[in-house]
Order: sequence, then structure tokens, then C-alpha cells
Amino acid sequence: MIRKTMAVARKEFRQIVRDTRTLTILLVVPVFFLLLYGYALNFDIRHVRLAIDDRDHTVESRSLTAAFVNSGYFDLVASISDAGAARLMDRNDVRAILVIPSGLGRAMRTHRSAAVQVLLNGDNANTATTVMGYALAIIRNESARYATLPTLPTGAPSALSPLLTVEPRIWYNPQLRSTLFLVPGLIAFITMITAVVSTALSIVREKERGTMEQVRMAPIGTASFVVGKTIPYFVVSFASAFGIIVAAMLMFDMPMRGSWIVLLVTMSLFLVGALGLGLLISSAVETQQVGFQLAILISFLPTFILSGFIFPISSMPRVLQIVTYAIPARYFLTALRAIVLKGARIEAFWVELAALTLFAAAVLTLSAVRLRRQWRSA
Amino acid sequence: MLRRIGFLIWKELIELRQDPDLLRIVIVAPILQLLMLGYAATTDIRDVPVVVADADRSADSRDLVARFDASPSFTIVGIVTSPKEVDSYLERGRAWMALAIPAGFGDSMGRGRTETLQVIADGSDANSTNVALGYATNLLAAYAQEKTAARLPASRAQAGGIEPRVRVWFNARLESRDFMIPGVLALLLLVITTNLSSMGIVREKELGTLEQLNVTPLGRSELILGKLLPYALVGLVDVCLVLGIAVLWFHVPLRGSVTLLFAMTIVYLLTTLGLGLFVSTISSTQQQAMMTTIFFFLMPMIYLSGFIFPIENMPAAIQPLTYLMPLRYYLVMLRAIFLKGVGLETLWPEALALAGWGIAVLALAVARSTKRIA
Repeated sequence: MIRKTMAVARKEFRQIVRDTRTLTILLVVPVFFLLLYGYALNFDIRHVRLAIDDRDHTVESRSLTAAFVNSGYFDLVASISDAGAARLMDRNDVRAILVIPSGLGRAMRTHRSAAVQVLLNGDNANTATTVMGYALAIIRNESARYATLPTLPTGAPSALSPLLTVEPRIWYNPQLRSTLFLVPGLIAFITMITAVVSTALSIVREKERGTMEQVRMAPIGTASFVVGKTIPYFVVSFASAFGIIVAAMLMFDMPMRGSWIVLLVTMSLFLVGALGLGLLISSAVETQQVGFQLAILISFLPTFILSGFIFPISSMPRVLQIVTYAIPARYFLTALRAIVLKGARIEAFWVELAALTLFAAAVLTLSAVRLRRQWRSA
Repeated sequence: MLRRIGFLIWKELIELRQDPDLLRIVIVAPILQLLMLGYAATTDIRDVPVVVADADRSADSRDLVARFDASPSFTIVGIVTSPKEVDSYLERGRAWMALAIPAGFGDSMGRGRTETLQVIADGSDANSTNVALGYATNLLAAYAQEKTAARLPASRAQAGGIEPRVRVWFNARLESRDFMIPGVLALLLLVITTNLSSMGIVREKELGTLEQLNVTPLGRSELILGKLLPYALVGLVDVCLVLGIAVLWFHVPLRGSVTLLFAMTIVYLLTTLGLGLFVSTISSTQQQAMMTTIFFFLMPMIYLSGFIFPIENMPAAIQPLTYLMPLRYYLVMLRAIFLKGVGLETLWPEALALAGWGIAVLALAVARSTKRIA
């Protein structure tokens, strides 16, 4: 049994090595992508393009403008009059427009209140919400400079000092660097795709070319066949995943607060599951084209959308939250963040490990069973 | 010539019909994916799990906890007594945020003494944490203000100051779904059509049937046209399906012209099909074609086109790269047509860029295939 498995593995391995383009893609491209995307992507919103429509031209209006520019969040790209606003927004040339009405300065000097208008481009709701937060905070601060303090009634000195102060403390990622949150997600995504893609065509290719008949005639069980197909791809994708993790640590200062052994074991479980998923797809379909479509349908978008990589699972509707339990990347991501960022010990995420093991066992068994049925009926 | 192309299209359509798996996938997959993405792809933060370490257990502390629970942004997942116990909640990811209420909190609120609350947040999901912290701070500020106002005589209310009036254009409800769904349409089209065309020719190559096509009197451009037109047809069917769901089911506002949308979609299909064809000409097996498509086209386009990650947040060195992504231009146009209702007078630079891209890649693919296929 073991000898037969190794024979299949050896044959598959030769095939991988001979296809140099595929091998290079599997080994080099993932690391390169991690570096590129880890550097390129973030949710830290800076340099928001701002236009100002100042109809007041007083010390106070200039001070408000300066407060926006000096905040570091806004880049002043245009001073406009009313007419240009719509065009600038339509073209995405600006994301926010601040309209300061005439009379602001006088109102401030006479202790009356005045309204300024903030126009936001809301097409990207997430960005717009953040930008709104920045703008409101800046205006609130600026406003506080003019607010007259009412004379306090004696005996209640604390009445105006804030009743509650909040002391926020952020664990695991104190500066809230979005790299530290995106890089583990990228690792999960890239390794998942690499693994599924590498095996998704491996069986159906033999079916389509007709070499499957020869394998079927040979005295090999489907279990040996499936495991033998997995081993060489496991070696390749393990090497590539390891490279990704090392690159993340060297280039993005990703910490390593937990144990390396646990990390590698978790990663192996995840990889076997992903490779098995590819094999299952491959055994279920009849043409490589369908294999490709199915691989993307099952692994590409769900890993991206439903794993908690970008969109928080707790915000999803209940039905979809249940669907996320079928996504192995969800467990891997939780475990990865726990090991790397939190330094948690295995008690904290054994459920995730168990789920990954179960997933791997299930997909491998299913693909062996499916193949056996096909070989019998053929 | 037209008759010959017609025959080839007929042959492709028959092949599509005889492959029910493929047909099912290209029709059902977009619907499933759109439904999934439409519901899941929201960056709004809701129901953040919070654990409370309530060392006070007074009426005031319970009132504060109830306010957190009542807010749509938070869900209380546990109430413990000592701050030590929150560790395991955060470590296991069962709670994202912990609120520590000190002993004597209720007493302080009663006497108007300042009290400090600790909010501990799990920073491993930095984006959500940032937003959730903002919500928590606002909620606590409102609570404190209410308590303060109750103690102050009414005449001491606010005097002077600048009031911000915010108006949000194009998406007044700040619904992230309205932004995401047009993006999903673009992405699905990309995935399905590049797949079809990248495998389409290399498949005949791998199976040896391309030779047979070569000995027929079909010209090269006829071969390519006949191959690509059925795929474009499939793409257009998908567009109709997805548009229908987006507008009728998800109520995404479609403010611009539908004709312009379809016109731009056809230009976009030219690009995606051309890309697939190009991949087909540089690959000798379907596996290579699949790897090349996924790693060199699909992945970069998802990440660098502005589909989810705003281009303006990227470092200046990376931003020029995004001009290489045809998806970028189509996305800008699609979102503008949907949300802003603008037309070609504003979108012509993107339209030109996309058309240029499409023509260039198709020409490249045709030029290459004249050498390779025949």
C-alpha cells in the first residue's frame, strides 16, 4: 500500500518538475504577491482630497481651513466657488467639500453659532464614514476654541468636567496597523488558492486525456491514488506557504508570539484540506474547464469574502454566518491570528484545529469514494 | 465567411449544451455568488461581541450595559466580575472588545464624580476594531452627556460654536452594498469570461482537435471570432441575470443610462475575452492556462483595481500599476453609472482607456495565434 502510494507520488512529482512554468508559479509567485499586496493594500485613509469653498475670508475661516489641512488626513486640492462642486465630485477629483458660509467669523466673535457644510462623496460607504468621522472631529475641536465657558455655579465644580473618561487599550496590535490584520488574511488566501489550484486539474486531466484508464487498470486502490496525488503537491505548497510566512515576518514585521511547531502543524492541516478540496473537485468533474470554474467558485471568492479576511463575520446575516463554518480558511485565519498576534496556546484554538482536521479527512475520503464509484462503473 | 463563422458558433453552442455541468456553472454560479456577496460583502460593523467586566453591579452599571446591548453595533456575549476573566474571551476571539466598569461606578455617577472606564479591544482585526472603538466612544460620550445634563440647570446649555452639517452625495444611506454590488458584477464577468476563453482554444490544442479545425477552410480571424462570440453571449446573459438581481432584489439604485451600461459592458467583454485568448496562445496545457489566468490576471485585478481596497489609500509607488488593470476602468464607470448617474461626458477617459486596452490585447492575441495555432 505504502509502496504503491509512493509510486503514484513519484510519478506526479516528475510531472510537476517537468512543467517548469507551473512549478515557478507555485513556488515564486505567492511570495511575490504577498510582498506586493502587503505593501499596496491598507485601510488607513489618509490624503483625502478636499476642496474648500470659503465664502467668509476671515481669520476664523482660514483657521478652520488650516485645521483641516494640518490634521494630516486631508489634502487641499482646490478652492472653488459653488458651481464647480458637482463636477469635481462626479469626476472623483475630490472626496469631500467644505463650505464655509459668509458670516462665520462674525458669528464666532459675537458668540453665536454658525453652521458649516461638509459634502461627502458617499459612493464608497466605508471610506465616507471614516472621512465623516475625521471632519466632525476637526470641526468639533475648532468649535471648542470659540465656545464660551459658562460661569459655574459654586458647589458643583465637577459638573462640566467630563463625567466619564474612556481609557481605550488595544491588545495584540496597539497601533492598529492594518498591515498586521491584512497580512494573515493574505497568507490564508494565497495559500488556499495555490493549493486548490494545484490539485484541481490533477485528476480530471488524466480523465480528459484518457490516461486514467491506464491508472485504473494498474493494481492501485483509490486511497493510494488520492494520497499519492496529494503528497507531491503538499511538498510544493508547504514550501511556498513557508516562504510566505517568512517573507511576512521579514518585510512586514509580523510578530511571532506563539510556537513555530503549532503554526506549522496548523498550516499543514489547512494545506491538506485545501489540496483535498482540489482533488475532490477534480474527481467530481469530467472536463478541466469545469474544474477551473468550480475551483474558482468554491475557493476563490468564498475564501476572499466569507473567511473573515476582510468582512467581519459577525456583521453578516445569520444564514451566511452558518455558511462560513464550511470555509476552512475561516478556521485557519482565526488560528493564525491567535498564534502569531496573540501568542495564544493551543487550548485557545483547539476547536479550529479539530475543524481543519475534520475538513481535510472529509474531503480526502470523499474524493477517494467518488473515484472508486467511477472506477467501478466504468 | 459569415456562414462559416455561423457554423463555428453553432458548434460551440452545441458543445456548451452537451456539457451541462459547464452550462449550469456559468448560469447558476453568478446568481449564487451575487447573493452571497451581496449579503456578506458589507463593511458596516454590526453586533460586535463585547464582554463586560462589571465590578460594580449597581443600577447604573446595569443601565450602561443595557445600552450597549440595545445598540445595533454591539452584542453582549458575557458578563464577568473581574477584569482578569476577560483575557480568555479576547484570546479565543469570543469577544472583540471588553468593557471594564470599576467598583464604585454607580456611586460616582450619583455624586457627579469623574470615573474612568477601560475599553480593551482586540487589535488583530484593526479595521473593525477601529470602527467599533469609535462606536463605543460615541455611546459612552452620549451617556456621560446625558448624566451631566441631568445635573446642570437648563439655562447653562450650549452657547456659540460651529455646527457641522454633513451631506452625503450619491449614497445618502451610506450603504456599502450599493458600492459593492456593481463591483461584484464586474468581477463575476471577469472570472467567467476569461475562464471560458482561456480554456477554449488551449483545450482543443491539448486534445488534438485544433488540427482538425486548422484543415478546415476557416480563416484565423474567423476561428477566433467564432470562438469568442458564443462566450460573449454567455457573458451578456450573465450581465442580465446579475443586473436583474442587483436592481430588483437588492434595490441598488441604477441612476444612469442602461444603454451606456451595456455598451461599456461589451467593450469590457472585449478585454476579458481578449485576455483569455491571449493566455490561450501562450499556454500549452489547460493547467498552465488556469494558473496564468488566476495568478497573473484575476488576483492582481481583485486587489489592485479598487474593487475593495481603495486605490487612493495605496502608496504612490503602487498607484501607477492600477492603470494597467482594465477592471479599474470598468469599475469606475459601472459605479458612476449606478450611483452618480453620470454619462459619457464625464466618463470618456475611462471608456477610451478600456477600449484601447481591449483592442490592444485582442490584436496581440490574434497576432500571436497566427503563429502558434496554425
